Amino acid sequence: MFGLFKKATLLTTAAGCLALGATPSFAEIKIGSVLAVTGPASFLGDPEKKTLDMLVEAVNAKGGINGEPVTLIVYDSGADANKARTFATRLVEDDEVNVVIGGSATGSTMAMIPVFAENDIPFISLAGAVEIIDPVNSWVFKTPHTDRMACEKIFADLKARGLTKVGLISGTGGFGKSMRAQCLDVAPAKGIEVVADETYGPKDADMTPQLTNIKNTDGLQAVVNPGFGQGPAIVTRNYRQLGIEVPLYQSHGVASKGFIDLAGEAANGVRLPATALLVADQLAESDPQREVVTSYKAAYEEKYGEPVSTFGGYAYDAFMLMKAALETAGSTDGEAVRAAIEGTKGYLGVTGAFNMSADDHLGLDSSAFRMLEIKDGAWTIVE
Amino acid sequence: MLESFLQFTFSGLTVGAVYALVALGFTIIYNASDVVNFAQGEFVMIGGMSTVFLRQDGLPLAAAAALAIVLTTVIGILLDKLAIARAKRASVLSLVIITIGASIFLRGAAQLVFDKQLHRLPAFAGEDPLTLMGATILPQSLLVLAGAAAIFVGLWLFFNRSRTGKAVLATANNRLAARLVGVDTAFIMALSFGLSAAIGATAGVLITPLTLTSYDVGLMLALKGFAAAMLGGLGNPFGALVGGLAIGLIEAFGAGYVSSEYKDASAFLVILLILFLMPRGLFGKKTVERV
Repeated sequence: MFGLFKKATLLTTAAGCLALGATPSFAEIKIGSVLAVTGPASFLGDPEKKTLDMLVEAVNAKGGINGEPVTLIVYDSGADANKARTFATRLVEDDEVNVVIGGSATGSTMAMIPVFAENDIPFISLAGAVEIIDPVNSWVFKTPHTDRMACEKIFADLKARGLTKVGLISGTGGFGKSMRAQCLDVAPAKGIEVVADETYGPKDADMTPQLTNIKNTDGLQAVVNPGFGQGPAIVTRNYRQLGIEVPLYQSHGVASKGFIDLAGEAANGVRLPATALLVADQLAESDPQREVVTSYKAAYEEKYGEPVSTFGGYAYDAFMLMKAALETAGSTDGEAVRAAIEGTKGYLGVTGAFNMSADDHLGLDSSAFRMLEIKDGAWTIVE
Repeated sequence: MLESFLQFTFSGLTVGAVYALVALGFTIIYNASDVVNFAQGEFVMIGGMSTVFLRQDGLPLAAAAALAIVLTTVIGILLDKLAIARAKRASVLSLVIITIGASIFLRGAAQLVFDKQLHRLPAFAGEDPLTLMGATILPQSLLVLAGAAAIFVGLWLFFNRSRTGKAVLATANNRLAARLVGVDTAFIMALSFGLSAAIGATAGVLITPLTLTSYDVGLMLALKGFAAAMLGGLGNPFGALVGGLAIGLIEAFGAGYVSSEYKDASAFLVILLILFLMPRGLFGKKTVERV
């Protein structure tokens, strides 16, 4: 928790961002990264950068990768796809990086793909949308689940509860829009009928009109809210204000403690698909993910004194996949590293178990999601 | 039917009161200097964010809110003294551009001094909604409406009943003439920025329990508040109040009865129509240029 008067630490972190990329040396592995460290998507880029910094430091303390020191070069795109593209070119031409991790959001990732693909640089994106890996570009991989998988997970949970008539209320930001389209697309196959379909602007202050219409829809059995940022918190509070009785589902876009704080009491009873990271303490002893999840969480929280987030976890997995691939390849040769990432089998990360192949550059399935319910202001696993 | 209608109305009034509060902040500086202060949204943000952070540092809510308003007022006066007053010979357009620069600066500074997360405040009068004929409204919405009404009355009295308020209007009308009859125009400018910042900060404190706050909320609020002020007629407190509520209601009815896809479009369509037909807004004064 930062107080008003603790700005000094924040300023030094900011200065740290600027100072990066200044120290070249010989025979090193250069990892480039373009992240939305500031700006509207900073809640993605900030923990991602912190995670990468932490991991690079740890790896170098142990002698680097293949015996060579690792240098991390991070540029801040401010969530601007044009800037991201410029930085991508700079990473390739000036910094001569070997591999790239990053692109916090889908827009900047898509803008950077051509630059890396043309220069044979393996690229692991940290952005959500399915279009990054479908169709497959041989140089491009990603670690976060897709929004389609989130829809499938939610719909499977609804079916298990015997609920099939769903109302959608989606944010019109990139994330909400994309997930709404995926949910509408996947619903018929999952036996779900979308009976109401409303939207709201990402900065809107009140969604009661849309929710009133959803509430008055005949046969409504549940409501799903694709979106992130403040929208879902306000939707959740309006939902309780209107006294809507049917279950409310949020997306993995709000899978952070921040959502519970913002929605307050109203968050109780909300269900959402999320990674094991959020419920690290509650994982069964026998859970295969338990070790990796708890150790990342402990390391991050000790170093930065703030709660770990799902998004930092994506960066953790991207770095570990890249590290393993560099070790398998035994060199920084682009094609060898690329093939090694594609050959990843059974890597157990904080996001889930990754099994890549030539036509699957994500390698996760919907089992990587846990269905969580908020009870008394805390996450619980729904069995 | 009636239930939905009432619910849409409550929603419109809630959102509209937020816009009206921001729009009211525009009126004073505009009246004093013809400058539209685009940093007005940042005053709202600083009011809300400082309250959140002062509260985290252990102050009770009321003290945190009061201190936040004072702090924002000081920032408003500094904005005048450090940026606007130093560019005194510049045209109104240049001054407007300075305020845009100031808003970007304040947003950046807020990222460093506070943080980049969303925050909220607890509702001042409880979270339980009040029910009227099946429709619900939060007590906080009523507080925001009451705040907008109180600030409106205060501004009206200030401009129409107090000497200082009339001096503000005189300064706007003709700065040289105002100075000749003994108005301290530099003081009036500083006073306008201070008051405007205080109003913005009050708005920020009142709306944060409803709309949440973060370092970048100012931009959207300034745009909607500016649209509300334009709709009502810039510089007229009554216009700001009506304009804000009107935009809120149009948005709510647009989302409820037409389509949530076109919610913003319906609001802007009405604004465009009014500005085409009544370029000075609903309650704007006609200005006559004497040659």
